[in-house]
Order: sequence, then structure tokens, then C-alpha cells
Amino acid sequence: MDASIILEHLYLVVMTVIFSVVVGLPIGVLAYLKPAGRKIVLWSVEILQTIPALALLGLIIIALGPGKMTVISGLVLYSLLPIVHNTCVGLENVDNGIKEAGKGMGLTQLDRLISVEIPLAFPMIFTGIRIATVTTVGVAVFATSVGGGGLGKIIYQGIRTQNINLIVSGTVSLMIMAVLFDVLMIWINRRLAKGAHNKAF
Amino acid sequence: MIFFETYGDRLITAFQVHLFYVLTSVTIGFAIALVLGILLSRVPQYAKVIMPLLSVFQTIPGIVFIGILFLYLGMIPATVISALAVYAIFPILKNTYTGLLDIKKEYIEAAKGCGMSPFQTLLEVELPLASPSIIAGLRMSTIYTVSWAVLAAMIGLGGLGEFIYIGIASNNDQLILAGAIPSAIMAIGLSLLIDVLRRVVVPKGIRSVK
Repeated sequence: MDASIILEHLYLVVMTVIFSVVVGLPIGVLAYLKPAGRKIVLWSVEILQTIPALALLGLIIIALGPGKMTVISGLVLYSLLPIVHNTCVGLENVDNGIKEAGKGMGLTQLDRLISVEIPLAFPMIFTGIRIATVTTVGVAVFATSVGGGGLGKIIYQGIRTQNINLIVSGTVSLMIMAVLFDVLMIWINRRLAKGAHNKAF
Repeated sequence: MIFFETYGDRLITAFQVHLFYVLTSVTIGFAIALVLGILLSRVPQYAKVIMPLLSVFQTIPGIVFIGILFLYLGMIPATVISALAVYAIFPILKNTYTGLLDIKKEYIEAAKGCGMSPFQTLLEVELPLASPSIIAGLRMSTIYTVSWAVLAAMIGLGGLGEFIYIGIASNNDQLILAGAIPSAIMAIGLSLLIDVLRRVVVPKGIRSVK
């Protein structure tokens, strides 16, 4: 096993997280702004989660053909749930008094959203992104069955050839990656929360 | 509907096998998780070390676990069930533990004041109060397990994964859907069932609180 496979896996994870934030954040905000559609949105991202990862990738492969884009779009659909859910709930949980104060100062809805509500909800949103990232590291193993490479390749190869060393080396790299992402993002979140606190007081 | 004429019987069998894997492994996982969660909540100082270790363990993909167990146990249903049960444990364990720890001390003191033994307190006060959290964990585990059970087909043990694997290998979207749709339906159906269970189990007084 060489470093390029780890980098390939890392690439899949990072691209997935970027795309799922780009897609998930606006959906979460919209779900928050339009309570009528909220239930439907949250319900549909939950339904997406119930489709087995392998089947989801298998269906996308038919539309997009094998390759990295297939894997990334499948993984994006899979990581929407924590991001959309946490964005919506985080915005909802912002103290009503603060929202009212923003209104009282004459801020428009967009202003309030950008300069008051999203910053206050950010720790919760970031937690959603963290959960999505760590889960993606694991689910990305399936990438190999649709031609996306990554650490799954090593693991599958190990299982097929009954080579325990190969399985273990693939798995350990995977675990290390997941834990590093987790620890790093918890640290970033704490730093951000601290920074916001200092600015406010 | 030529598809159902050809595959109907196999689909029903696969659905049954899949459901069997899910139900047995979630039941086993639930029993282990509940006991472990209760034990850990008695010793929070150790749990603070054990829980993060378990969550690291959780990052091992299911496929690895099934793969390794397969090498040692061989191609038997027990391989799949034990691997799935292990994965079902963690969400329930975590929710049981946090649910029990989040209970206000007053309630436990009150139970003590009423002359309840620690065991009675656990059974009559703590577990009912933690039940919303425990059931939420059970729901999460069940949905995941339905999805992970697809891997049974990887080692030739049937279930709905069979259709998905064959579909991917032969580029046949009908077969993939024939595996994916029933398993999504199963996940949704079981989670609705658990919602009903929650209504029965959660005590009246805290039902309004989510």
C-alpha cells in the first residue's frame, strides 16, 4: 500500500464534504425560513439515509458511469442529513430575544440571517459537518465497487485474497484518518467558539 | 411485470432473510447495549475513557468486520449476525449512557427518599426517564443495520444485497432497484414501528417533551 491510495481516499472525502456543505447549507437555511417545507425536506434527507450506500452508488453509476464523480455525488447525498438537520435545528435554537433584537434594529431577514443567526448557530452547523466528514471516511470504502478507488480497494483486495495484513493496514489507515478529522474539527470548533466569545465580550 | 414473474419468489425470500438478519442482530445488540449502558452509567469516571475508545472502534467499516469474521468463522449466518450486532450496539449504548446520565439528581434522590432500592430506582425511575433517548438510539441502529445487512451478500449469504451486488456487476438498474427499494421500505417500516413502540414505552408525563 502506498501513500497515493490514502491521498485518493482523502480527496474523495474532502470533495464530498465541500460539495455537501455547498448543497446542504442552503437547503438547511431554506428549511428554516420556510416552516411549511421543513418537514418534507427533513423527511427526504432522512429517506436518502435509509437507502443502502452500495445501492445508492449502484444507481448513480447507471446515470453517470463509473468513476470519482459517481462516488462523490453518492457520498454527498449520504452526508446531507447531518448538515441539513443541524443547520435547520441550529438556526431554530437561536435565542428568540436575539432574533427580535435584530428585527428591532431594522435588519432585513437576509441581514439577520448572515450577521446574527448563522454566526450564532455556527457551532451546531459545524458539528453537523464534522459528523458528515467522519461518516464519509467510512462510507467512502464503497467507492471501490464503482471504480472510485481509495482505501476500499485495499480492503476488498484483502478480503478477496484472505490477506489479513492487507485488511488491517487498510482499516487502520481509515481509522486514523477518521480520528484525525474528528479531533481536528472538534479543536477548530472550540477555537471558533472561543473567538466568537472574545469578540462579543 | 415480467420482472416479478422471474424474480418475485427470490425477492420475497431475500426480503425475509434480510429482515431476519436485521431483527436478530438488533435484538442481540439492544440487549448487550442496554446492559453495558447501565453498567457504564454506574461508573462515569471509567466511561469517560471507554466511550471515546468505542467510538474509534465504530469507525471501522462494517465490511472489514464481516470480512475478518468471515475468515475465522466461515460462511455462516452467525458471521453476519454477530458483525451486525456489534454495529447495532454503539448508538444504543451511547444513548442509554447519556440518557441515564442526563437524569436530574433530584429524581434519584426522591426515589431514594421513597425507600427504593438502587435496583428499583433503575427500573422504575431511571430507565423510564431515559427511555426517549434509548428508543432514539434503537431507531438509529435499526436503520443502519438494514443498510449494513446488504453486506451479507458479499460473502454469499443472501438478503437484499444479492440483488444489489448482481445488479452492479451486470449493470442492471432494475436489479439494483429491486434490492434498494425493499430495503428502504424495510428501514422506514421498522422506524415507524419503533415510533409506535416509543408511544407505548415512554411514560405519559414526559411524552410531550421530544
